[in-house]
Amino acid sequence: MVSYRTPLGRARGLGSAKHGVGHWISERVGAIALVPLTLWGVFGVLRLAAGDYGAAVAWISDPLNAVLMVLLIAISFWHMHSGMRVVIEDYIHVTLNKSALLILNLFVCGLAGALAVFSILKVALGGA
Amino acid sequence: MSDAAKPPRGRPLSPHLQVWRWHITMATSIAHRATGVALYVGALIGAAWAISLARGPEAYATFKHLLGSPLGKLVMFGLTVSFFYHLANGVRHLVWDTGKGLDVKTANATSVLVFAFAAAATVAVWAIAAMTGAL
Repeated sequence: MVSYRTPLGRARGLGSAKHGVGHWISERVGAIALVPLTLWGVFGVLRLAAGDYGAAVAWISDPLNAVLMVLLIAISFWHMHSGMRVVIEDYIHVTLNKSALLILNLFVCGLAGALAVFSILKVALGGA
Repeated sequence: MSDAAKPPRGRPLSPHLQVWRWHITMATSIAHRATGVALYVGALIGAAWAISLARGPEAYATFKHLLGSPLGKLVMFGLTVSFFYHLANGVRHLVWDTGKGLDVKTANATSVLVFAFAAAATVAVWAIAAMTGAL
């Protein structure tokens, strides 16, 4: 097959989308934020494991704990969505399967993250 | 048919797993991904915790009963190892992103350090859990 397109015509539109750097930096900033947040989370889990329902409600009703927990959930789910996305893109090469898994990954992270954030807010604001 | 739609023929492939000799830096890379996937499940367990808390005392008691069972404790132990490993190796990646620590000698040394940290931190947290009545 003879192509009459010029080399420049073939190359156009195949380059960088120009937002790779911003994406790369935001992944790192999210990871940095998770270092203190997850360490705080470990002590939270230790505390919650030693207490009952009432203690958990009292703990999450503290504004500082509620806000840190919401941030921990939001950034964690966003971080794990990015990570799982890379895993799927690395191993699944059939377009339909890849697309289905990428959408599933987004929906699972979005749904579980939203449910968790709403639940924390409900308890913290005295709805439980 | 455009040029871009041509099927790729005999393109060179980058060397994959089977051609490399086993090495500790390879183990850290594989473990980072594996622990990341494990923590994905862990985060879903965390979401289940929040939902059970919002649902009330009964749902919360059921959740705590499940996590307090032998299987639940095993899962939590695995998640503790995964978390501390992923944390330490994640920090190692962040250091690499600044361009430092990428030479073979340093990368090997930090590999050992990361595995050692994960083991030590896990033991420490479970010791604290045992002492504070969290188990």
